[in-house]
Amino acid sequence: MMRRIDPNLIAVLLGAGILWFLPAGFGNYGLYVMALWLVMAVAALGLNLTLGYAGQISLAQAAFLGIGAYATSLLTVSAGLPWWSALLVSGGLCFLVGILLGFPALRVQHHYLAFVTLAFATLVHLVARNEQWLTGGVYGFANIPRPSAFGVKLTGALDFYRFVLAVTLVLTLALWWLVRSPWGRAFQALRENPVRAASLGVDIRAYTLLAFAIGAAYGGFAGALYAPLVEFIDPGPFALSASLMLLLMVIVGGSGYFLGPFLGALVSIALPEWLRFTGGLYLILYAAVVIALLALCPQGLSGLMARGLAALRARRRPAPALDGERP
Amino acid sequence: MKAPVSALAVLAALALGLPAQAQEKVKIVNVSELSGPGATAGTNWRNGIDLAVADVNAKGGILGKQIEIVHYDGQTNPGATRAAIQRGIDEKAVAVLGPVFSGPIMASMQISQRAGVPQIVGGEAANLTKQGNPYIFRTSLNQADAMPKLANYFRDEVKAKSVAVVWVNNDFGKGGRDAMLPELERRGIKVAADVSTEQGQADFAADAIKVKNANADAVFVYLNEEESARFLRAAKQAGVDKPIVGETTLLGAKVIELAGDAANGVKGHVGLSVDAPVPAFQEFGQKYQQKFGSKPDHNGLKGYIAVHMIKEVAERTGKLDSETLAKGLRGARIKPSEEPGILIDTKWTETGDVDRESFLAEVVAGKQVIKTTLPMINP
Amino acid sequence: MDQLLQLILSGLATGAIYALAAIGFTLVWQTSQVINFAQGEFVMLPAILVLAGTMGLGWPLWLAILVASALFLLVFGLGFKRIVVDPMIRHGVLPLAIATMALAILMKEGAKDAFSAEAHPFPALVPTGNLQLLGANVSLRDVSIVVVAVIVIVALQLFVTRTRLGRTMQATAQNPTVARILGVPVERMIALTFLINAGLAVVASFLVSPIYLAKFSNGEVIGLAAFIAAIVGGFNQVRGALVGGFVVGLVDNLAAAYVSTAYRTAVPLALLVLVILFKPEGLAGRKEERTV
Repeated sequence: MMRRIDPNLIAVLLGAGILWFLPAGFGNYGLYVMALWLVMAVAALGLNLTLGYAGQISLAQAAFLGIGAYATSLLTVSAGLPWWSALLVSGGLCFLVGILLGFPALRVQHHYLAFVTLAFATLVHLVARNEQWLTGGVYGFANIPRPSAFGVKLTGALDFYRFVLAVTLVLTLALWWLVRSPWGRAFQALRENPVRAASLGVDIRAYTLLAFAIGAAYGGFAGALYAPLVEFIDPGPFALSASLMLLLMVIVGGSGYFLGPFLGALVSIALPEWLRFTGGLYLILYAAVVIALLALCPQGLSGLMARGLAALRARRRPAPALDGERP
Repeated sequence: MKAPVSALAVLAALALGLPAQAQEKVKIVNVSELSGPGATAGTNWRNGIDLAVADVNAKGGILGKQIEIVHYDGQTNPGATRAAIQRGIDEKAVAVLGPVFSGPIMASMQISQRAGVPQIVGGEAANLTKQGNPYIFRTSLNQADAMPKLANYFRDEVKAKSVAVVWVNNDFGKGGRDAMLPELERRGIKVAADVSTEQGQADFAADAIKVKNANADAVFVYLNEEESARFLRAAKQAGVDKPIVGETTLLGAKVIELAGDAANGVKGHVGLSVDAPVPAFQEFGQKYQQKFGSKPDHNGLKGYIAVHMIKEVAERTGKLDSETLAKGLRGARIKPSEEPGILIDTKWTETGDVDRESFLAEVVAGKQVIKTTLPMINP
Repeated sequence: MDQLLQLILSGLATGAIYALAAIGFTLVWQTSQVINFAQGEFVMLPAILVLAGTMGLGWPLWLAILVASALFLLVFGLGFKRIVVDPMIRHGVLPLAIATMALAILMKEGAKDAFSAEAHPFPALVPTGNLQLLGANVSLRDVSIVVVAVIVIVALQLFVTRTRLGRTMQATAQNPTVARILGVPVERMIALTFLINAGLAVVASFLVSPIYLAKFSNGEVIGLAAFIAAIVGGFNQVRGALVGGFVVGLVDNLAAAYVSTAYRTAVPLALLVLVILFKPEGLAGRKEERTV
């Protein structure tokens, strides 16, 4: 029996190929927006693992983004380390912090992780702002260098965009592999039926903690990309409101769907851009669209698409209709 | 009936013929805070620019070309500001105006520097001109130049031996505090309280109480406009009765409007103000009031001046490209006799800092009254 | 010493506002499992509507207040329930919570674009001035705010415990399923809760806007504070929100004065974490039994 190739994998590889060549004609601004979309999608991927797969609400994903960004800035600017090591350190650091945060929080009660992450997010923002000796405080960290890959300095907008794309691809594939592995299935069991999972011998706390920590690590990876992209960081983009925006991205894209974060981030970043011609109204329209979308389909855009696909299939094959395929 | 048909034909011909008659334009992009904590400042700045563009275009534009001004909202967010400035440069703006808040300026300076496009900003934070960036130009005094003047005021006029410092915890406020503290120390004045507040903070009760109980001889307030108003009201409630001294942001028209009589008796150093004894400023204030229905704060003046900086340098050099403009602005001195739109005799240093006269003012009966004029640093 | 008294009083005044916002938040959560992320904006908007009436339409203050309050109760009390909550409630807690997040953006940006991006003074509806109490300069305004808030809350508590309608509402909040079986018009009770929430928001708005100045961004701080107050106080009791509000207001003001002002905003959150770690039902909450 031939193993079916996961449509998500096809989508990722195909998408990467298209995205490599698509923006070749864009100006610097367009390339910046595309790269920002990918960076936010990476952060949202992590949050999706925590929320969509393990069912935990984290309000600190932007804080992990910040930790990754500051760590990368400090390592590449002050310590002169190459970007790759900064990437690994950023991810690893956030992973550790995730474990430290999650361990006591999950010990108490299942949904109190949300509150602990709320407090943590505020604390990180304040530390970033007040501790000038470490983070540059309110003055921020300027002149963050772009990395070099294979000896080529990636200062050009198109070069750096492609670099971000490549790193995003690697991270996405790694996550895809994780989700398809037995671990991933354990995560899903957590979300679907924790009591049954426990009865089958799945250590709920350990797997929840792991999912949260990996989600945090992805926040760190996103931060490591964010710093050289914007070339300047200050505490502003890592405040609580940014974490809430990331949560919005995941839900709008479709929580629990593998490619949901890409859709959610796209809507979050691109929609305000497309609607800019409406003048100041774009935020209002964005909010209205989000409300309408959620009222229509709470599984977000991915849910909408799954429904659409199921409807198409049902039309082609009048046999017992499949429920929308959930990866 | 023939007449309407031929009228239509004429109109059609005009419409079709118009593009051929269209003049070449000069594109300038303004990125300022039209939302977020900086909205008041950014809106004033933008209005000043609009007024200037209308004035310049009415007089024939720059070197015969009409100015095409495009406004983008930086949202007081460094990332969004960067993106907007990048966009403006992509769209071939010859110069970039704004932002006003120092954080977004710091975040976006690199972009205009890399593109070789002059960026004329409204920010006052000291570190803006310390980056070695030759494409940044101020429209108002550097914090680091204003603080010694204020410290002298504390020592000589207020005769304060101790001062409570209230500042907003962003790079504008921290920069001011960091510039002020050593100046106070140098003059033997003790810092009785060092109170940091949040950007956009609404509740100043605890801060006012803290200041009251520090029992200093005077209070130095360095907040943005709306927070200044809120603090003044809280200070009045808490019974703070010592002299309150600040900078332009404390004595602005908006602050006086919001704080009501809590603003009376407040003193400070003012860089640009429509109440100053400079006829050009007052005239600008009246024109602004007529067009926008409210009194402008110093950011409106800055915006107006920014556009005229470009005009004057372009007319001196006869060229309208970014590199020549930037070169022409460095070390320039523009007098109102040469370009009335510059409003006051101003010098620019090689680092982009501004040198001009400034004023000491006080709020009396709901109006800002200028008491003294201070000379240029290097006249 | 008098600094402490002043801080306590201003903390109680701030806390009273938080309590008003937190009570509505808790009531709405109890009856319909809605986490209203727009609660802060609910407190911001009524004042803006009043100013739109006085400044935009030139109405006298009393008329603007009347119309704005009625409009707000209708749109953000009943309208909120009908248009936003009802279609989405069956999909679960999280999508609805996110929808209220989007609603918060809508309200904030709407106020900014339709009215003004700047702050405006709002007339004080309570007396101003100071009086001397135990040697400390006590603000009449702070005292009035606390008094008004306490009156409103006591009235609400009386309504909920002494009147038939109030008790029915409470029953619905505690156990909607059983209430439905007993023939309680659950939908109407829920609508009543939303109306009360809107009413509380209106009162809070008129009390706080003279101090904070009416601005479209006022909701951010109040929303978070209301959330913390509700949880710290106890999410399953109305009196919990009252206790929580006062505690958070006090802690915030005292922290600003005695702990570093730079870390001021972290202290209520630290309190939140401590409370949920050691007393998860909240300071004044009832311990919740888990249903298996």
